[in-house]
Amino acid sequence: MRKPLTLRVLSALDSKSWLALGIFLALALILVPVLNLAVPEDSAFHMSAYAITLIGKIMCYALVAVAMDLIWGYGGILSLGHGLFFALGGYAFGMYLMRQAGSDAGALPAFMIFLDWKALPWFWLGSDSFVWVILLVVVVPALVAFVFGYFAFRSRIKGVYFSIITQALTYAAMLLFFRNETGFGGNNGFTDFRLVLEHSITSPQTRLVLFGLTAIMLAATLVFSRWLVTSKFGRVLTAIRDSESRMMFIGYNPLWYKLFIWVVSAVLCGIAGALYVPQVGIINPSEMSPANSIEIAIWVAVGGRATLIGPVIGAFVVNLAKSWFTVSFPEYWLFFLGLLFIVVTLMLPQGLVGLWKKLMLKKGAAA
Amino acid sequence: MRRLIIPLVLCLWASLSQATPDAALVRQLAAEDSSDKVAAIRQLAQAADPDAARILKAMADDSLYLAGDKAVILEGDTAFDAASGAPIATPANPEAVTVNNRIRGELANALAALSLFDADRAVRLASAQKLQNNVGADMAPLLARALEKEADADIKALLVLAHAQASLGSADPAVRLAAVNALAETSSPTVKSMLQPLTDKTAESDEKVRFAAVAAIKAIDGRLALAENLGRVFSGLSLGSILLLAALGLAITYGVMGVINMAHGELLMVGAYSAYGMQSLFRAYLPDYVDWYLPAAIPVAFFTAALVGVVMERTVIRWLYGRTLETLLATWGLSLVLIQGARVLFGAQNVEVANPGWMSGGIELLPNLMLPWNRIIIVGFALFVLLLVWVLMNKTRLGMFVRAVTQNRAMAGCVGVPTARIDTMAFALGAGIAGLGGVALSQISNVGPDMGQGYIVDSFMVVVVGGVGQLAGAVWAALGLGIFSKLLEGWAGAVIAKITILVCIIIFIQKRPQGIFALKGRFVE
Amino acid sequence: MNAPNTTAEALLDGRPEGSDGADQMGHLVTGELDLSHGVALYLDDITVSFDGFRALNKLNLTIDAGELRCIIGPNGAGKTTMMDVITGKTRPDSGSAFFGQTMDLTRLTEPEIAHAGIGRKFQKPTIFENHSVFENLELAMKTDKRVWKSLLAWLAADERDRIAETLRLIRLDKEADRPAGLLSHGQKQWLEIGMLLMQEPKLLLLDEPVAGMTDDETMRTAELFVSLAGKHSLVVVEHDMAFIEKLGGMVTVLHEGSVLAEGNLATVQNDPRVIEVYLGR
Repeated sequence: MRKPLTLRVLSALDSKSWLALGIFLALALILVPVLNLAVPEDSAFHMSAYAITLIGKIMCYALVAVAMDLIWGYGGILSLGHGLFFALGGYAFGMYLMRQAGSDAGALPAFMIFLDWKALPWFWLGSDSFVWVILLVVVVPALVAFVFGYFAFRSRIKGVYFSIITQALTYAAMLLFFRNETGFGGNNGFTDFRLVLEHSITSPQTRLVLFGLTAIMLAATLVFSRWLVTSKFGRVLTAIRDSESRMMFIGYNPLWYKLFIWVVSAVLCGIAGALYVPQVGIINPSEMSPANSIEIAIWVAVGGRATLIGPVIGAFVVNLAKSWFTVSFPEYWLFFLGLLFIVVTLMLPQGLVGLWKKLMLKKGAAA
Repeated sequence: MRRLIIPLVLCLWASLSQATPDAALVRQLAAEDSSDKVAAIRQLAQAADPDAARILKAMADDSLYLAGDKAVILEGDTAFDAASGAPIATPANPEAVTVNNRIRGELANALAALSLFDADRAVRLASAQKLQNNVGADMAPLLARALEKEADADIKALLVLAHAQASLGSADPAVRLAAVNALAETSSPTVKSMLQPLTDKTAESDEKVRFAAVAAIKAIDGRLALAENLGRVFSGLSLGSILLLAALGLAITYGVMGVINMAHGELLMVGAYSAYGMQSLFRAYLPDYVDWYLPAAIPVAFFTAALVGVVMERTVIRWLYGRTLETLLATWGLSLVLIQGARVLFGAQNVEVANPGWMSGGIELLPNLMLPWNRIIIVGFALFVLLLVWVLMNKTRLGMFVRAVTQNRAMAGCVGVPTARIDTMAFALGAGIAGLGGVALSQISNVGPDMGQGYIVDSFMVVVVGGVGQLAGAVWAALGLGIFSKLLEGWAGAVIAKITILVCIIIFIQKRPQGIFALKGRFVE
Repeated sequence: MNAPNTTAEALLDGRPEGSDGADQMGHLVTGELDLSHGVALYLDDITVSFDGFRALNKLNLTIDAGELRCIIGPNGAGKTTMMDVITGKTRPDSGSAFFGQTMDLTRLTEPEIAHAGIGRKFQKPTIFENHSVFENLELAMKTDKRVWKSLLAWLAADERDRIAETLRLIRLDKEADRPAGLLSHGQKQWLEIGMLLMQEPKLLLLDEPVAGMTDDETMRTAELFVSLAGKHSLVVVEHDMAFIEKLGGMVTVLHEGSVLAEGNLATVQNDPRVIEVYLGR
């Protein structure tokens, strides 16, 4: 008797998790719009546009963190280049937004007019089609990840070598995108978006739709990832993480397992980037800076590796702290972030989720 | 000797100053019209005698006046007749001769030409050099005369060129041809652009001259390219030595100890700020010896960076041995703390670290190729540090202990090697060498809180390509990467060069993973 | 590392390097094992050196189908390196290694060799400590090990039965759901043997399988191995002479990377060269 796949996906989460996920979606899809649109602005319960954008942005980061957890927590591969995939997704969708921002249908994006370009470069073809761009959001990060991952994993590059080379990769990409000739707006990247699917990008309704989509995507990613890591694939993956050579002698080829999770992770990052750009309103090459990519790792580490919910918590904790610090104590943010890296690796190897579990265990033992 | 020369020179002067300049011509200097003035200046310059020089100099100094119908020179309270130079009574109400910019340029040129006849060799040399790039056709006869008189070979060579340039405008095709052929020997881009019009049919009617001009341009281009490529190889060499200095410390902490230190670049920064600190101290307390701040900064930077290294090792890295990915993240955190620390202490802006006097200037290898002293010294310094590290690792007890601990920690501990202390010392050594690299870096690039960030990827690439735990590998990789990237930069621009290098390294690792996995045998997982 | 070697081989071979489970792990490229001449494993003049040190020096060894062979030898004799060569972890500098009549082991990757039917138990038990005992066996089970199949894999009833059967055989049925890392050393050894059995290999390479076991466990292991012989070929590396005696097969003595003596246990134990190697001059 084989269970149908849908049923298996459903049974990947226990009832408590489903309940939590349901509450999360209800909050994001019902409560937030009500608080934003229906509650008057002077009320204490009003949710400001700033708060929605901030939380929407952090949900995108949480999505990236889950993607990072799949490859690092479960695959044991620390990528320091995930910012690249995030930015690729963002740029792909940004192309569409730039085309929508032009004064008429056939117009070139403003930066190209500024550079005195007469025609769109070939890779911009079709960028006025929403469907094509959504395809690019998925395919471009997947392709880049596949080609890079295939060569890296085939040469059995692991551990810190892999990390350093991914860092070099995103660094190189950043330099490339800084160039005006690359055709993606150089230093300034893409900004000044106006429309998305003919709707004003700054209208409260559009903002709420994007917010809701991000929430749904995050929830769906969590379910999908949960299924992935509880399937036999997940068990093989963690086994490869723990002892790659042993798995080879059993008859598994780690290359394809690593490559699969690597590409999945990259695609999730690309989607997160595509959701991020219309909400934040800008994408530029600094998203690919090595520092950005390594920050993703700390979200995961703070929350707790190989837990799925941990990275979401970590992304929220670190980024809320960041927005608080950069407003109140901009001088100390880097000190805080640096110490966070140190403290988490030295004292909280299992992250906040691990700490919570430990505390619960102690409580249970005491009672 | 001297006795002989002085009368000789005097004779020369005498022969030159047989006649005082024509008074009417001198009067023309004070004419209303600028063009008249220019004509007079040129004519006076042609005379090439000390009187002319004296008068033109006075004019350039704004001490030439018109009193009545006579040009006079006023120096303080005394007055001289301009033409003869004889002192005269101070005139009643002298009128200053206006010298506008056009006239001033003309005067400068004329004076330079005149000083070609100066008795002092240095003065002649300087003026010949000044005349290399701005000579008009009307200077040709003057230069020809100077050439005749000149005995010094160096100055003569310069004059030949200047004369050739001046003769390019000559009406006689034969003169022009000779000039072009003479200019083919030079390697200056200005001369090249001067020859360019002569290749055009509309500007140059004589076919022979045109051909000669094309050939001359080709010859100049060849020499220019050679100088440029040599220059690139040299700057690649100096970039390579910087990479080597950055990578040597890493070769110890990572290559030998296996500690991945993402804050390595910040140790470079610590070294560079140490140099800045020493410079400030010297400026404040020992202003007379300020040029010596750099040698003083070397030990200071070494020990400051080493101290930072000790603190890092004792507080963080020690607890993470064997957990490389965690070490990577924790040391990244350390780097953020160090960067922000530098911002708080020294400000977010770059600070100015000046080259000491003895490091400015350089060796002129080819007319178009200057090797700056600061870069030459850095190459030498890198070699010195390399030697130091090699001796430390291979010839001292510390080096032996470090190698023993890294090969078999438990066994080394058993035979009495204080492993924990060796770890700290080895890490401090690696950090100190990074500090030395920072001092070198402070001499050729900006010193700021973020300066280390740019070097971390590069220096890891050096270690990765060179092979872990091998000093020789690091040396070749650093020099190779340095030269390769500078040559590429010249050919394709800095960004493309950087990307190409990274792609090449990734391909290299595909083909030769031994570059990475230097270890072999059954213990390799 | 052997990756460059692999690349070179692959180029000569005209197939993309490491070209993955996708095809080999089916049964297409490696082909069926051919034991028609009664030889399971054939090593001919194998030499392996690491930085000048010869770990194997013109080693020749033939294992018959269904044979149980014991390998002994002092430390550094090359026992582990020999297993590395057979399983594809180390590429020999020269010599050839054939599995059955047709399969050239020097040209296959580790997963391909595993799939062809060679199972290996390591000296140090290498089980997956974070996985349960049951999952360890599930991972090892002979099945399609490609990514897509793993994604959609769902244990069928007969597969569960096979795992349960193995659990009983290795006496770990009560520990099935415990993390393998919590087992005792002897239990870990048994689990690894169980994983080996789940792979259903034709040739089993066992590196010190009874180290850390009690006498009772050792004797049971010997019985298990003897019962496996005949259907499978076994190569056992051991130091425990009582265990080897119990197994009763041919014994090969390795010394400095080549075969020093071969015969039954009594013969090699009385060979003066063997005595000298073991006891020194």
